[in-house]
Amino acid sequence: MIPLSWALILSAVVFVIGVIGVLIRRNAIVIFMSIELMLNAANLVFVAFSQHLRSIDGQVFVFFVMTVAAAEVAVGLAIIVNLFRLRETVMVDEVNLLKG
Amino acid sequence: MTEALFIGFAAMLVASSLLVILHRNPVASALFLVLAFCSLAGIYLLFHAEFIGMVQIIVYAGAIMVLFLFVIMYLNLQRDEEGGVHIALRRGLGWVAGTVVLAEGVFMLARRWAPGPLTPEVPGEAAGNTQQLGMLLFSRYLFPFEVTSLVLLVAIIGVVVIAKGRSTAGSGTRPAPGEDG
Repeated sequence: MIPLSWALILSAVVFVIGVIGVLIRRNAIVIFMSIELMLNAANLVFVAFSQHLRSIDGQVFVFFVMTVAAAEVAVGLAIIVNLFRLRETVMVDEVNLLKG
Repeated sequence: MTEALFIGFAAMLVASSLLVILHRNPVASALFLVLAFCSLAGIYLLFHAEFIGMVQIIVYAGAIMVLFLFVIMYLNLQRDEEGGVHIALRRGLGWVAGTVVLAEGVFMLARRWAPGPLTPEVPGEAAGNTQQLGMLLFSRYLFPFEVTSLVLLVAIIGVVVIAKGRSTAGSGTRPAPGEDG
């Protein structure tokens, strides 16, 4: 069987890749994709522990996380579309009205 | 066999995740994200979470990524042109910060999880994974399940309101293209 630590390490690596993606990219859509990667890394931990603890509750939580992720993506992409209408760009460092 | 499959899926997941954040073309990033989600679904299957694996493919690789690709097409994004000192500085800082986070994680895992307790065998063969999940979802987690529908309703209304744009306020912006209701 698969050791639990393998799944945890894999999840940590994917989460860190998502963090790096948020930090180094300027394109708001790619930043959103990185956030999806991080959510999926959390889901992987839920599933791995659900298997490890012989309890299926973790998979129920994955279900809820997926729902929230879907709602978040829909709202976020609507905001990005609106941003593009207003500023003609989706690069986050060109949207600097709050910079002072 | 299971270990080999896990390693294969994990390598595919890490490689495609890296390509998601490194590729210049947003469309290619989205397609690599689909590949990452599919390999993650394979890992879920290896963990005997069949329902979650299928939902992963249907919801993530299907619905959510179609939404991403549709928005990319709608905005007509080109490849990122990135240059300049502050971009390079921020990129360097991003890699350094990410490496620090990864090092912290590895350090913690090495201290606490190095022995790696094995995952036990299949939890319950009496009922299928989907059946177990449904029983739990409609008994103990009934209230959160109903709240989930409220979350989705709020998201639907919010998206319609946000993406509709203001049509009456003549604020100098061009009229919203594609008024499809």
